[in-house]
Amino acid sequence: MNSELTWMIGGPQGSGVESAANIFSQVFSKMGYNIFGKREYYSNIKGEHSYFAVRISEREIHSSIKGTNILVAFDAETIFRHADDVLSGGVIIYDSDIEKSKATDVYTLENDFRKRLLKFFESKNKQDSVKDMLEIASENGVKTFPVSFRGILSDLSDQTNNSRLKGMVRMFNVLGVSFSLGMLKSPTHIMHNAIESIFSGKKAVAELNVKAATFAYNYAAAKFTDVNFSFETKQVKPNTILIQGHYGTSLGKMVAGCRFQSYYPITPASDESEFLERNEILEINEDRPGSTLVVQTEDEISAIGMSIGSSLTGTRSSTCTSGPGFSLMAECLGWTAINEVPLVITLYQRSGPSTGLPTRHGQDDLLFAINAGHGEFPRIVYASGDAEESFYDTANCFNYADVFQIPVIHMMDKFIASSVTTCKKFDPDKIKINRGKLLEKIEEPNYHRFAHTDDGISPRSKLGLEDGIFWNTGDESDTQGHISEDPVNRVQMMDKRLQRFDQILENIPKDEQIISHSTGEVCIVSWGSTKGPILDAIEMLKNDGVDIGFIQLKLLHPFPKKAVEPLLKHCKILIDIESNQMAQLGSLIRQNLLKEPDHYILKYTGRAMTCNEVYDSLKKIINNNAEKREILTYGA
Amino acid sequence: MALKLGDFKTDVHNDWCPGCGDFGIVNAVQMALAEMQIPRHKSSIFSGIGCSGKTSHFINVFGVHTLHGRVLTFAQGAKIANPELEVIAVGGDGDGLGIGAGHFVAAGRRNVDMTYIIFDNAVYGLTKGQASPTLKLGEKTKSLHTPNSNYNVNPIALAISSGFTFVARGYSYDVRHLKDLIISAVKHKGLAFLDVLQPCPTYNDINTRDWFSGEDRIDEETKKPMPRIYKLEDTDYDPIVHYSDENELNEKRSQAMEKSLEWDAKIPIGIFYKNELITPFTRRIVDKIPNYIENPAAQQKISHNGKSVTNIDKILDSLNV
Repeated sequence: MNSELTWMIGGPQGSGVESAANIFSQVFSKMGYNIFGKREYYSNIKGEHSYFAVRISEREIHSSIKGTNILVAFDAETIFRHADDVLSGGVIIYDSDIEKSKATDVYTLENDFRKRLLKFFESKNKQDSVKDMLEIASENGVKTFPVSFRGILSDLSDQTNNSRLKGMVRMFNVLGVSFSLGMLKSPTHIMHNAIESIFSGKKAVAELNVKAATFAYNYAAAKFTDVNFSFETKQVKPNTILIQGHYGTSLGKMVAGCRFQSYYPITPASDESEFLERNEILEINEDRPGSTLVVQTEDEISAIGMSIGSSLTGTRSSTCTSGPGFSLMAECLGWTAINEVPLVITLYQRSGPSTGLPTRHGQDDLLFAINAGHGEFPRIVYASGDAEESFYDTANCFNYADVFQIPVIHMMDKFIASSVTTCKKFDPDKIKINRGKLLEKIEEPNYHRFAHTDDGISPRSKLGLEDGIFWNTGDESDTQGHISEDPVNRVQMMDKRLQRFDQILENIPKDEQIISHSTGEVCIVSWGSTKGPILDAIEMLKNDGVDIGFIQLKLLHPFPKKAVEPLLKHCKILIDIESNQMAQLGSLIRQNLLKEPDHYILKYTGRAMTCNEVYDSLKKIINNNAEKREILTYGA
Repeated sequence: MALKLGDFKTDVHNDWCPGCGDFGIVNAVQMALAEMQIPRHKSSIFSGIGCSGKTSHFINVFGVHTLHGRVLTFAQGAKIANPELEVIAVGGDGDGLGIGAGHFVAAGRRNVDMTYIIFDNAVYGLTKGQASPTLKLGEKTKSLHTPNSNYNVNPIALAISSGFTFVARGYSYDVRHLKDLIISAVKHKGLAFLDVLQPCPTYNDINTRDWFSGEDRIDEETKKPMPRIYKLEDTDYDPIVHYSDENELNEKRSQAMEKSLEWDAKIPIGIFYKNELITPFTRRIVDKIPNYIENPAAQQKISHNGKSVTNIDKILDSLNV
């Protein structure tokens, strides 16, 4: 009996795959299991294939895993794309009405994929129908449970005397998840609650869905038997929450006191701005309500321009975007830096270049974030490893921006954004707010915004502050902020700004710069969302009796050389793991540590790494039969 | 103590060409600020890039010299975050109607309560006289090798169709009139646009000061030049939208558009269009955030003794497993 499994549901975009997965995740989280869910979808509104894979486990998990245990399909494409992924002993629950569909008839399959699929059928001596695909699965030891989704609706409509139900194909998603829950015999009241919460605000819809779900549940409980899975309800760990990936930075911004966010719609970044706007009125302890003003702008240039303008008023301000939008922001980034304006840019990366794979994952923008904009100027590039971390990191990013009076680019990505996970409840009490040298009052006459000080950081006035008048310009300026092309002043100002790199490294605590999860002669360095798959892979290696090190870099620019170097002293095999082609962190390591990583584990299919892919490559490295560049390719 | 004109001047030396039309605009802005007695720390000048971009350094209030084409984005962000601040944005016609045209249109739709002045001289002066968006098709100013091959933008018509609620034109050699227009623009509740004809003595040898004052067309009877510029307020033109009614609105907008087509023989200055019945952006925010005016972004308390005061317990509880 397994105490862990991956459940997957697929269907055309717009068919409620996400709601179904949310119901499944809610049920198992309330049954006391850890959840790691991952959504994949096309850049499309309706019709293209999307799927959601939810991994549940008794243990703490941080990533998806290769292979599916239960697949739910109410369209042919889901079978064609994922049936071969179902592991021996697994189950496919599918709509029997699609059995005859042929791969050649599914127009949403890309030509390349269809060719591969037809070759696959040929190699197995099969035709190209759903039925053939399922036969192959059966031969692989997978149980297949056919059920007519329409038939179920029809039976239900007869039983309840509700003829409307017959044609409700919109409920296929709920049927799919309910069949699964019935088969797994999870408590029905938890399922009902989950459905009600998903359709909250639409009472009639919720009722109808609960009815259909119960019917499907009972059907499956009776018919889909003799399966290999059993999940007892357990005690829920106290202080556990179920979150979507963007909640970390969104809630982090609220608590950090970000009161202005301007943005232009872009996947996968807009979810954060929309969350902030949905919750724009803020509860403030012992005070009148506050608010996050969210402004949707005409483009990303305006988004960053407005947030700079807002920041000049002393408001904690930010913008949130993805690679293409960040490209447009590059010019303003330099303006922010030369004028020493604190600003947080949350950068949810996706696959580039250009529009690239608009809805797919990638860590392509590390070097771009470090180098964006012309000229030399200080900035921080900071990366979170998961949603929980990103809550606390967001607040830190605002503090860094205020203290060092610089732009901070907070790196997130699509993998984090579209994950649904259980994690420890965020603790706002842990968040500190440090506004650096922001002035509330001008004490001395003759204020100069860019006055030279011992640490190169000047007391900061804000627009509207009496006696605190200043000037800003994108030109080089004197201490008042007026244009100056004087060579002596130029050197002073350049040094004033750029000495901040040293201060950042000296003043940001080491444990905010990097996380040393473990050390060893074999040691991984990585950044961002690869953290999850790496942690899980390390755990798997531990079960094999192998301990390896893992250093997660959070501060990526300036490079935390002093923090990393001592940890690598005893490292004999250095492995760089990233979701990009060029191994961008690798180049920073070569540049800053004068070290060439011995191996790279890279993935750039647009899909995130799974833990066993990482594990397999690490195993190969340890056994000395790995490539210099291990390239991962798993995932549809 | 009452503020004097001198209080609004900085000692930054001005490097514009002798005879530049920009001087008149800076003087008019300083005069307007002094006349309105707006405390210096409550005013701000945002500027774009080019000769006009330097304007913010010559005026002794908060001065934010931004990027080419982006001045409106910075200015709107500041005004929205701190509605108490008086915001005047300035920039050239290339800045606002070329590289920044998208922001110009979007700003009109938003109608943030501030003022935008375009220094309109039909050339890119600081880069040595290339054609800018308001130069007419086929015209060949001094430093062009061939006549201009692009049609011109009509700033007044574009502003009206974009949603600006105050649209006017000034002339930089009529400083008093311009000062009065700036005061009206600043006092207007909504986004005010001022197109200021501002001859570039170095590169625009067509629309010169003499051309505007009609030195090239002498009245045969009086033997005097016949000025091209005339004031709308000297006619029976009524720019104001008086009541919320589609016919009234359409009539006033069409009349202004039509007026904006006058050029060459007769060039109107003054207020083309004024509509205070359309809500400014901050009022639109209040519909969503009722206490925004009393407690805008810039005034909000976010921490106490280094601890956050924002309470997200309700949201966190809703995520409880």
